[in-house]
Amino acid sequence: MVANKIEIKDLNVWYEDARAIRDLAFNVELNEILGIIGPSNSGKTSFLRTLNRMNELYPNSRTEGVVLLDGRNIFREIDKHLLRKKVGIVFALPLPLPLSIFDNVAYGPRLHGVKQKGQLAEIVERSLKAAAIWDEVKDRLNTGAFKLSGGQQQRLCIARTLAVEPEVILYDEPCSGLDPISTLKIEEAMQELKKNYTQVLVTNNVKQAARASDRTAFFLMGEMVEIGETKEIFTVPKDKRTEDYITGRFG
Amino acid sequence: MMDARTKEKIAFNVLLALTLLVILPVALIVGVILWRGLPAITPEFLFAMPREGMRAGGIFPAIVGTFYLILGVAFFSIPLGVLAAIYLNEYSERNRLTRLIELAIINLAGVPSIVYGLFGLGLFVTFLGFGSSILAGALTLTIEGLPVIITATREALNTVPRSFREVSFSLGASRWQTVRHVVLPNAIPGIMTGAILELSRAAGETAPILFTVAAFYLPRLPQSVYDQAMVLPYHIYVLSTQVPNVSVKVQYGTVLVLVGMVFLLNVLAAWIRARLRKKKTW
Repeated sequence: MVANKIEIKDLNVWYEDARAIRDLAFNVELNEILGIIGPSNSGKTSFLRTLNRMNELYPNSRTEGVVLLDGRNIFREIDKHLLRKKVGIVFALPLPLPLSIFDNVAYGPRLHGVKQKGQLAEIVERSLKAAAIWDEVKDRLNTGAFKLSGGQQQRLCIARTLAVEPEVILYDEPCSGLDPISTLKIEEAMQELKKNYTQVLVTNNVKQAARASDRTAFFLMGEMVEIGETKEIFTVPKDKRTEDYITGRFG
Repeated sequence: MMDARTKEKIAFNVLLALTLLVILPVALIVGVILWRGLPAITPEFLFAMPREGMRAGGIFPAIVGTFYLILGVAFFSIPLGVLAAIYLNEYSERNRLTRLIELAIINLAGVPSIVYGLFGLGLFVTFLGFGSSILAGALTLTIEGLPVIITATREALNTVPRSFREVSFSLGASRWQTVRHVVLPNAIPGIMTGAILELSRAAGETAPILFTVAAFYLPRLPQSVYDQAMVLPYHIYVLSTQVPNVSVKVQYGTVLVLVGMVFLLNVLAAWIRARLRKKKTW
């Protein structure tokens, strides 16, 4: 019996009157990498941003349904700031803050009250190592984060997410702007992180889901068409639409 | 029929001539003030009390009064304006109250300055009993300047990319933490520029201070915020219309000092902006 980290029940998201997500119901298992694929406008990002209540920042959005994190309703039973600390997100574009490399990673821990310099330095080093970028930046932690290449910036963002010690990491098309080598490095980092973290990877790159995820879900027009072991989804999909999408017949 | 090149030449020259026409008044004003006012600028003129019914001596009290007044305006208007802008930009949701506040701000900006003067007279001088004083004048100028500071601050806040806020929220930051650590540090240059420009405008205002602070003549410098003060714009008015036989030199010298003060504030604003822009990394 696998443990469920996140349980999603009857989840619906609207923007004004347009429903972006329809009656989602499935689970994210503990320490898995769940890939989510689907054409644009299929609700992947809205779904992801709902898991740490970032979607609420859009003033015209409305959410209904239940999402349980370790059995607790994220909309009612967990403070949203604490939720976002537990469920971190890596955005599509590398978004460093206009701070040094060190301060980018230390930003989150500082928010949550870590003040001691030694402790901060330790967190920064551990996070940068976990995101597989430590060796590239350890000699220039005080330079501006914008000096890094796009791929390095994205790994820095992963490190920044890790620094607040989340339990779940959400990735919103994390490699959409990156070259294949940077993409590979990020996928390797994700495999390392599997030991300790539950990860949800939204990607427009079907092959990336095939490579990186344990299970894959296929979204279409706000609905989840199919979810299953990645191997099965990519070899014997149950639904015709899934097959069409992964073989490149549409989307 | 003219060919395109000839038309282009004519268009260019007409536009150039019109543009020169626009800067002509500025050049004339500055030129005349400098030419007639500069000879008046001596250490005595800047740092001595007026003599002979303000026809001679210096304008020190008016300079000091203006300085105090600007300080007072800065003290009230910067915190108030910046905090209001932060509320409107970072906290408030788009609802009827917000729209009402925004409408009020726009309308506040359109009120003629003499109306502010009368309002200040009614509220601060009479009703609240501050009397004609630096306090009443500074508060009146503050109210007049609030729309400018609020608008400038909101523009500065809006130049900070939305994504910075998203990142901060995504790490579990509260709104205030996000404002304090991400938004404000990156908006400060714009806010300071706006605030200084507003102060320089306040320094030159005449109507709002007419009944709220300005004194015709005071034998000594103001001692507290409840004292009246001599201030440059009103002093210029007094010298040019209320006191007979004031030399043109003294009049223009006073004008030059006021224009110089405003100019220096503007240069300061530009300098801060340029300096901080160089530091910007995004």
